[in-house]
Amino acid sequence: MNDMLFFDRLQFAFTITFHYIFPQLTMGLSLLIVYFKWKYLRTKIEKYNSAAIFFMKIFAINFTMGVVTGIPMEFQFGTNWAKFSELTGGIIGQTLAMEGLFSFFLESSFLVLFIFGEKLMGQKLHFLTGFLVFLGSWASGFLILATNAWMQHPVGYEILENGKYVLENFSALFKNPWLVPAFLHNQMASLVTSSFVVASIGAFYILRKKHVESGKLFLKTGVVFGFISSLLVAFPTGDWNAKNVVKYQPASFASMEGIFQSEKGGAEIVLIGQPNMVEKKLDNKIAVPNVLSFLTYQNWNQEIAGLDQFKEEDLPNNIPMLYYSYHIMVGLGTIFIGLMALSLFFLYRKKLFNSKPLLWFIMFLVPFPYIANLLGWYVAELGRQPYLVYGLLRTSVGVSPTVSSGNTLFTLLGFMGLYFLLGLLFLILVGKTINQGPRPTKI
Amino acid sequence: MEIYWYIIIAVVLGIFFVLDGYDFGVGIIHLFFAKKEKDKVVIAKSAGLFWDSNEVWLVAGGGMLFMAFPTLYASAFSGFYLPLIIVLWLIIFRAISLEFRNKFNYQMWKDMWDKAFGISSLLLALFFGIALGNVVRGVNLGSVTNGISAYEAHYFFLPLWDSSFSPLTEHPGVIDWFTIIIGFISVVTLAIHGANWIILKTNSSVNTKLKSVVFKLTIVLAILTVFSLAIWQVVNPNSLNNFLDKPYLIIFPIIYFTGIIGLFFVKKFKKDIYSMLFSTLVILGGITSSLASLFPVILPSTNKVNNSLTIYNTSTSQYGLSVALFWGIIGIILMIIYAIVQYRFMKGKIDEMDYGH
Repeated sequence: MNDMLFFDRLQFAFTITFHYIFPQLTMGLSLLIVYFKWKYLRTKIEKYNSAAIFFMKIFAINFTMGVVTGIPMEFQFGTNWAKFSELTGGIIGQTLAMEGLFSFFLESSFLVLFIFGEKLMGQKLHFLTGFLVFLGSWASGFLILATNAWMQHPVGYEILENGKYVLENFSALFKNPWLVPAFLHNQMASLVTSSFVVASIGAFYILRKKHVESGKLFLKTGVVFGFISSLLVAFPTGDWNAKNVVKYQPASFASMEGIFQSEKGGAEIVLIGQPNMVEKKLDNKIAVPNVLSFLTYQNWNQEIAGLDQFKEEDLPNNIPMLYYSYHIMVGLGTIFIGLMALSLFFLYRKKLFNSKPLLWFIMFLVPFPYIANLLGWYVAELGRQPYLVYGLLRTSVGVSPTVSSGNTLFTLLGFMGLYFLLGLLFLILVGKTINQGPRPTKI
Repeated sequence: MEIYWYIIIAVVLGIFFVLDGYDFGVGIIHLFFAKKEKDKVVIAKSAGLFWDSNEVWLVAGGGMLFMAFPTLYASAFSGFYLPLIIVLWLIIFRAISLEFRNKFNYQMWKDMWDKAFGISSLLLALFFGIALGNVVRGVNLGSVTNGISAYEAHYFFLPLWDSSFSPLTEHPGVIDWFTIIIGFISVVTLAIHGANWIILKTNSSVNTKLKSVVFKLTIVLAILTVFSLAIWQVVNPNSLNNFLDKPYLIIFPIIYFTGIIGLFFVKKFKKDIYSMLFSTLVILGGITSSLASLFPVILPSTNKVNNSLTIYNTSTSQYGLSVALFWGIIGIILMIIYAIVQYRFMKGKIDEMDYGH
């Protein structure tokens, strides 16, 4: 890997990783806010309204961070990936521009109205503005996923003589078989993060013996939504995605699963092991025979292509990271289902609010859905390597031809410093908002 | 089809500079004229309530530029790499200073973010002017030295400055004596615009003073404009050709000068909105005049080897442009409707509003 490519990739990876801490919460949280507000309209119980308003405050801080770290993403297509933008801008520009035009606009506009307009608008309109914020943030996710889906599995394009990709069929971008599974998987994963955050704040209030009534509501809601979404992330949406990967990107599937050699008579599923890229095998492996073939094809004996079946230059260039990202994501996802099922059982038996160990556990587990979400994206993006547009345009071709690695390193260091500051401010403000708690419910 | 998209993007970016322009200007005025805590709060709020819905227009404009003219987007964004990333940092800094200022009630905390807001607004206004100056002056496309291109014909890279600070060398930098003057024009224009916004939207105690500030800055602006027009001819000798060929384009400079003349009467206006309208004319007239003098070029080449970038040699396919026209127009109409609703909803003086929270 030459320096230029390395720093361009590192800067994009760093800035997008930091950026995606925020939208993954806001997308799921907007749904929960709509739920709280809807409950309030139905029941007129004040605690639901105060929950909606409290979480919109958390949402607003995250949204601001998402906006200010999101604009650099749009810019970087041009600044660092100029050749890629030049060649494919006519296609991915469609969905990216729609994102800026429709969803970002819906979200930022109606967020202001939701926060400032409760008294002026009345409750029904207030619910509507909350719903439009939700619609905007999910439309945003959909359009970004549509952009990414085209890069993972290009459709509806035409290549001109000068090498440029131009749009041939607009609707094909949205009928892309990659899009819907990836979108649903992503949204459910985002709902996992926000459910865990809601539950975690609830557990904190109960343990802290402050805002206990709200705490119980948050915990209950977080656990119910957390259980449903954790299940849906794995099945069916995760399963659909895996089947897409094996169909359209078999080399990245082999890397994710750590299959170095194809084996006749069915592939084993690797639970633990470290990829050894020198000897081309997994060290310290624990695996269950034939299960992967069954999960993928519903046939215990189906052969699955291993890394030995592909040319070296078509393999992802960071197989160990891809393998770990995938295995940690799946491992965490499994733990989430287990924990939420247990919490739900305790809730059903009316013991949840008093089981301190479980409450502590829920409170401290909150970073892990973030990690799982980010690793899911690492799987998608590392798995797409060595291509920007899978099978068509190599990553090394896409960088800006005139920006030297020294300049990129300069801006990368700048982003690191600035984002460190942003991260600190974010934690202070969220901490302060949580400490203040929801506005007290009269009655 | 290219020309429709050219107009659409020009309109969107024009609206962006008018809307976000006043909140940059508010930052500049805040830096120099807001002394009392009450004024600081309300002046910052007159930008803080609106900045993110104003910046929607930047994101939308950038996205549409990317879609419609990908080659231009690629060339300009990588060529102006350093200034653009610095602009990004400033935008981030400004946004967090507006959002986080009032979250803690410590004087130090507030002072720190006030300065951050003011300085980043000032630098952003300067950089936007410098950017316009660079577009007018042109760049060394292909980075040609002695008749040989170092890169593909439509790529270039500009350092922040060249030691001579001259726009007339073979490899000019981003900042030279011409672009910095355009930068000053931008700072002065946006300061006027921001002051007008503060006068319109707040009851701050400096409002009367700001009217005479607007008046004085308008004199400075008029002088700078005349001066820049003279050197404009030196830097880009072709800049009058379009106006001679198509005399009706003269409407754009007329808009600009109408705005300046109007601003001289700032103290006499019965309604504060009038001075706001005139500073809007200055911004729109300035941008459209510059674009009209270049058309159909968007980024001129300063060498004779490589052609300038135009709307025709940087656009995507006709199909892509036409299908995007459909959703683009719907989107922009929605944005305009929303902007009208929002500004009506938040009409009146900011310090008199009750948000119910």
